[in-house]
Amino acid sequence: MSEVRASMDIVNLSRRSFLGVTPAVGLILVVGFPRLAVAADEPKYGADGMPHGWVDDPLVFVAIAPDGSVTITCHRQEMGQGVRTSLPMVVADELEADWNRVHVKQAQGDEARFGNQDTDGSRSVRHYFEPMRRCGAAARTMLEQAAAAQWGVPLAEVAASQHEVVHRSTNRKLGYGALAIAASRLPVPVRDSLRLKTPAQFRYIGKGDVKIIDGPDLVAGRGMYGIDTRLDGMLYAVVARPAVYGGRVVSHDASDALKVPGVVRVVEITGTPLPSEFQPLGGIAVIATNTWAAIQGRNALKIQWDDGPNASYDSTAYKAALEAGVRSPAKVVREEGDVAAATKGAARRIQAEYYVPHMTQAPMEPPMATARVADGRCEVWACVQAPQVTRDRLAKRLGLSADRVTVNVTLLGGGFGRKSKPDFVLEAALLSQAMNGRPVKVAWTREDDIQHSYYHTVSVEHLEAWLDASGRPIAWLHRSAAPSISSIFGPDPRHESPMELGMGLVDVPFAIPNLRLENPEVSAHTRIGWYRSVSNIPHAFAIQSFVAELAAAAGRDPKDYLLELLGPARRIDPHKVGDSWNYGESPALYPIDTGRLRRVIETAAQKAGWGKSMAARTGLGIAAHYSFASYVAAVVEVAVSDKGEISIPQVDIAFDCGPQVNPERIRAQLEGACVMGVGNTLLSEITFKAGRVEQSNFGDYQVARMNVAPRDIRVHLIAADFGSPLGGVGEPGVPPIAPALCNAIFAATGKRIRRLPIGDQLSS
Amino acid sequence: MSTTLNVNGKTVTVDVPDDTRLLWTLRDVLGMTGTKFGCGMALCGACTVHIDGAPTRACITPISLAVGKQITTIEAIGDDSVGRRVQAAWLDLGVPQCGYCQSGQIMAATALLKQNPRPSDADIEGAMSGNICRCGTYLRIRAAIKQAASVEGSAR
Repeated sequence: MSEVRASMDIVNLSRRSFLGVTPAVGLILVVGFPRLAVAADEPKYGADGMPHGWVDDPLVFVAIAPDGSVTITCHRQEMGQGVRTSLPMVVADELEADWNRVHVKQAQGDEARFGNQDTDGSRSVRHYFEPMRRCGAAARTMLEQAAAAQWGVPLAEVAASQHEVVHRSTNRKLGYGALAIAASRLPVPVRDSLRLKTPAQFRYIGKGDVKIIDGPDLVAGRGMYGIDTRLDGMLYAVVARPAVYGGRVVSHDASDALKVPGVVRVVEITGTPLPSEFQPLGGIAVIATNTWAAIQGRNALKIQWDDGPNASYDSTAYKAALEAGVRSPAKVVREEGDVAAATKGAARRIQAEYYVPHMTQAPMEPPMATARVADGRCEVWACVQAPQVTRDRLAKRLGLSADRVTVNVTLLGGGFGRKSKPDFVLEAALLSQAMNGRPVKVAWTREDDIQHSYYHTVSVEHLEAWLDASGRPIAWLHRSAAPSISSIFGPDPRHESPMELGMGLVDVPFAIPNLRLENPEVSAHTRIGWYRSVSNIPHAFAIQSFVAELAAAAGRDPKDYLLELLGPARRIDPHKVGDSWNYGESPALYPIDTGRLRRVIETAAQKAGWGKSMAARTGLGIAAHYSFASYVAAVVEVAVSDKGEISIPQVDIAFDCGPQVNPERIRAQLEGACVMGVGNTLLSEITFKAGRVEQSNFGDYQVARMNVAPRDIRVHLIAADFGSPLGGVGEPGVPPIAPALCNAIFAATGKRIRRLPIGDQLSS
Repeated sequence: MSTTLNVNGKTVTVDVPDDTRLLWTLRDVLGMTGTKFGCGMALCGACTVHIDGAPTRACITPISLAVGKQITTIEAIGDDSVGRRVQAAWLDLGVPQCGYCQSGQIMAATALLKQNPRPSDADIEGAMSGNICRCGTYLRIRAAIKQAASVEGSAR
């Protein structure tokens, strides 16, 4: 750690002396601007469109100590996707650093300094590959300049290579450590002057042979997660929260709780009027000298609750309401041709409805946060996906300016969208404040996590297609009804937001002449939140299942039928099909490319041996989906026993995310997404009764375990050159799994699954 | 009320009620944070430790039941030759994603291999299906256990 501190001092020193140092003779350099000026009225895409955009200043991200050790700051949060390896690896590659001498430092929440830090939307590498390359290249250039100046030779005669700068003609060498101080006093080279590597020169990028940087810590129990923070004098808290969203404490009796050995104090946390956004739900906190004592104290609380306006929320009744909603015409969100007119010429009509329930992220580390609020300052240590959002909410709730709030980000023991919402961090801060500045760690038990989450939406998808005599659809109607995430931020819009509609509904890329997409009005009665892949899950499940149903009705091969619906390879402007969002990306740079979708389908099918003869009660199913600017197709092989037990011998996944920065972690993400998709399909469901979540722990909220995971998952990556745009990786793998699996079950058994999870539907 | 425990070969004394769960005693009282909380009900395996060599869920185990026994945690599993091979295989095959459940996975895998040096797929599934990994690293876990087993076998 002393090395890291020393190097940070150099960075700080260089910042202070930045403008006061005259460039060495022979170097023609200009001070870099933090960002190219962009006219205010131009739409901003990619990282430019995110709050605080991007930063590529090497003085922010790179520090080199006199001993040559390089510290690279990672400003995105690690939750298993490998970002603490992948982004620093990009910097190190352009820097010509020896990866064995690289340390990674986790940034605090400070977007003005680092650029956007919201680690969601499968964006980290997609948005930061180029800025991090420039960052490394700028630092490498400064080292080369420092060496050239020291030797008194032209810059063109020196080159950095694996942690040293070499003067080619004399073979003189200077290590990065020896050059660090001189280099740090040079101005940062102007962006346009940077010489980026050609892909052929990459050492780490695209190779997949860099091990995750935290690996040795993770296998030895040394990884520090939100739950692992320990501060002097720290107390431990758990909170009894209202069972119903919008409920509140009427009265409480803490006398028995206070008798539990180790319990220090019982504190009420004020709730938040609905919608509660990222604010705490309120409740009664028990603060103790250890977590177990706090839990025992909470068990002894007597609380009288007012359940509030959502006390009648009932999943069975709500499903019926969604079904009623999709059976009448509704708000049109995309229309092409004339469905009503076209239906008159149809040979037949096929209709189906699909249901995907609420689910919860259930990261293995539940929400955990430690806070110290004292002396007009707040410092927290927490497993958050969005540290600047956390900082802003803390500042506002505590009445502090943001510069008096420090957010330290730990490792995240899984995130999946849950940890984008810092309600749990605010709880810790309020409790530390109530304890006059003693540090307090708030632990969420698994019951807390499952019963007070921000749930994946619940949806009914209604599809109708009218086929001509040859079995081709001439008209397509899709009504999607689901409560919106927007309902946690303001008045319930009662419709899916552009972001949700753009996740596989309005951007459906089929070549069907008459098409109408509708979104009925529904209301939310619990906290709806992002869940890995979000609305792509129900949209892909419905559409890709329905295509297979149509193929069956037409007596066609499902893969051929899907390719035919996609039509010839073409690039669709997302804005022209009503997708104003397009994952925040430029429609010119990121069109929906049906050629790429066709290719992943053909690749997955070919690798899986599509068309081969299958034994009784086994089958192959295929599905494809475009999301987060990437293209994926999956072929699932399933075997269903006479008793209805499902096993999955093999899954073939073809994936096109454009250029692959860290292929090894891309494979890991696709494997993991497949397993999570299998769990979503077979097992996971949150239901509400009387406003309360009926599940409480992994006994009744089930997720995939080793015994239900596929026996083999084969990931086939589609190669792309580094000149093409990058797609997302963390989320796109999930959506095709449910429909591919259900299509395989249909192939194996003739039974069509339209309601998730499958549960025991095959055993009855 | 004080209780004396043997953790990773060291004798320690803790001053908490003897129904306090071993997990929170390790984490909050002794400051050993390698053993993780996942469910509190022995449903997920994140808190797996060894008690006299047997894989045990620390989240439901009162410290009174561990008195006089040898408790081994992830912090010391690398001192064991089988544990060290398991850790090496985990790194070699890139098993961890978020890594949070991997302490428990490694403890469960090490206990399996100590009892059954050449486990079949069914043996691995039986021993490991109590350990949840929400990142979905199960295939690599199975492959890493097999790799550690083959190294063990060849070393004999």
